[in-house]
Amino acid sequence: MTRDFAIEARGLVKDFAGRRVLDGIDLAVPSGTIYGLLGPNGAGKTTLLRALLGIIDPDAGQRRLLGEEAPLKAARLIGYLPEERGLYPAMTAREAIAFMGALRGLPLAEGRRRAAALLAAHGLGEAAGRAIRTLSKGMAQTVQLLGTLVHRPRLIVLDEPFSGLDALNQERLETLIRAEAAGGATVLFSTHVIAHAERLCERIAIIADGRARFEGSVEEARAKLRPEVRLGTRAADGAWRAALPPGAARDSDGIWHFALPENGIEPLLRALIDGDAGIETLSIERPGLHEAFVAIAGEAAAAQMGAAGVLAA
Amino acid sequence: MRALVRAALVIARRDYVATVFSRTFLLFLLGPVLPLLFGLAFGAIGAGADEAARPTVVAIASPADAHALRAARDRLAARLGAGALPPLRFVTPRENPRAQARRLLGGEHGGSSAVLSGGLDRPVLTGPRAAIGSIDEDIALILDEAQQLRALGRTAPPPVSLEIRPTERSAATSVQDRAITARAGQIVLLVLTAILSGMLLTNLVEEKSSKVIEILAAAVPVDAIFLGKLIAMLGMSLTGIAVWGAVAAAGALAMLPPEASLPQPAVGWGTFLLLGLAYFVAGYLLLGGLFLGIGAQASTAREVQTLSLPVTMGQLIVFALASAAVARPGSGVAIAAALFPWSSPLAMFARAAQSALLWPHLLAILWQAGWVAVVIRIAARRFRVSVLDSRGARRGWFGWRRVGREGGHA
Repeated sequence: MTRDFAIEARGLVKDFAGRRVLDGIDLAVPSGTIYGLLGPNGAGKTTLLRALLGIIDPDAGQRRLLGEEAPLKAARLIGYLPEERGLYPAMTAREAIAFMGALRGLPLAEGRRRAAALLAAHGLGEAAGRAIRTLSKGMAQTVQLLGTLVHRPRLIVLDEPFSGLDALNQERLETLIRAEAAGGATVLFSTHVIAHAERLCERIAIIADGRARFEGSVEEARAKLRPEVRLGTRAADGAWRAALPPGAARDSDGIWHFALPENGIEPLLRALIDGDAGIETLSIERPGLHEAFVAIAGEAAAAQMGAAGVLAA
Repeated sequence: MRALVRAALVIARRDYVATVFSRTFLLFLLGPVLPLLFGLAFGAIGAGADEAARPTVVAIASPADAHALRAARDRLAARLGAGALPPLRFVTPRENPRAQARRLLGGEHGGSSAVLSGGLDRPVLTGPRAAIGSIDEDIALILDEAQQLRALGRTAPPPVSLEIRPTERSAATSVQDRAITARAGQIVLLVLTAILSGMLLTNLVEEKSSKVIEILAAAVPVDAIFLGKLIAMLGMSLTGIAVWGAVAAAGALAMLPPEASLPQPAVGWGTFLLLGLAYFVAGYLLLGGLFLGIGAQASTAREVQTLSLPVTMGQLIVFALASAAVARPGSGVAIAAALFPWSSPLAMFARAAQSALLWPHLLAILWQAGWVAVVIRIAARRFRVSVLDSRGARRGWFGWRRVGREGGHA
């Protein structure tokens, strides 16, 4: 294990009530990147984050955060937003942020000063002195997120950070995550929304049934699938059809769909021209992360993601 | 260690401020005052009721007998207190004493509870059994005194004037007297510890319901969370005790006579109170740590109540053990009470009242501090294992698993 990685995990195992929730997960989050844990509900993402942060101890395996084998030793350099949001209802927004900073070693006075500045920067300056219980859900979530960042952590861990946010606040959060990463922080977040991971992440891990089915860059995930070719011809039939790869299928509009042949598109093009197929449309589309996810995690996991109503986000 | 204490103080500060600067803390401070006020109010009402319910005796007596009875009653009342003897009213005898007694009992002359007739030589007390049963001996005492005064006539001596010379307590009585102080100290310590540490039971339930616990657990060791909460609640308790103590001291100075005080403890009042503070802190942390550990296992107030019952019963046993140590200082029971962590503060506080030796207290405080660390450690470990470490499956206190209701997390 090296210090080029903000997080390293090897063979993490965790059982609950005889059920294996983490099944030998390996993870390596490079420093300074935005890294996504992608998986349906119940895949083990939250348990993995808790195990990484030391909230729970894995039954087997190794973990290292910012070079520390005991995660709490690096607590001052870590910011964590749990999936279950929680703030003291009677605390003011400013005090709540300063308190979260104080837990991570930031002096209270400095925490209050930074809290006021952060709240003002995020359009919540007027809410600084208001009790959490008087804030809207979105405002309270923002306050908690700012509390996660107030001590300027080097590693930011966000568990389902987009959950419960409206589209505008989701966009703001994406901007914030990019800004933190641009400032040198490593951001690890879990999500069951493929679009967020696709837009934000440099690297991802696809988690399903407690196992990391894939770990690498988004490009590498997409590269798991060959690009899809769509072909429309004037002629319905001819000798050129023999040049189509096996598995090519024609839809109701007469468009052929097939994976880009391994030897490239040129031999096929030559056969189409020589066979007088009459090419009307030809497109080569790179698969999205969704298609890669389906291919990697399986239809069932993809269906769960879809059932959560999030694919379109 | 420094990081743990620092983190504990951050949590303690938050909890203390949130508790003490809340409206409910005012109610908490008023808590012990309300029963006291009710007690005083009902005491005054009760005293009035007692006055109204006191039997009234009408004596059918000749002027000479009436004079003798009045003089005898006054002489006895000077010694026993006016309230100790039933009041007497006098009427002159008529032709038929029995009929006159019946009329008096029936309401004549404002009515009476009992009628004394027959003069000093053949006195008869007539009235309902319930009324005369409580005053017959008092009336007999007045009659005795009246007869003696009549017999002695002018030679009757005046009431004796007894000169009072208070001295330091004798050796024979000091042991018993100090036992009174020891028991009083134990009761105060037990009540304060039990009432105040009991609040910790619900503390973590609230924390869990507010979902903040995961933020805390990700940032600081669970030991620091427990220690912080104990410190906060201890601070709040000491604030309450300071307020109650000040009010009680002011009330005692204003209402109690100067000579009314408990016997001096063996170590002196100053040291005794300091040790009391130290033993309260130790007892609070020991019991509070236990309660916090139990509270951490519970998810609802009902579960808290169920889980706390065995501890409450255990407290009674602990008090009995510590109480036995007062009765037999230096015995095996006393040593056991001093050694058992949860009875040790009570037993040693009582010892401070009974023995002037100070070094055992130093040992006891160190012993108790060690146990506080052990209790917090175990409670934090149980919390970590049974709550944080198994949201799907919760484990019992002795390690067995039980399937929880919080499955389905990712």
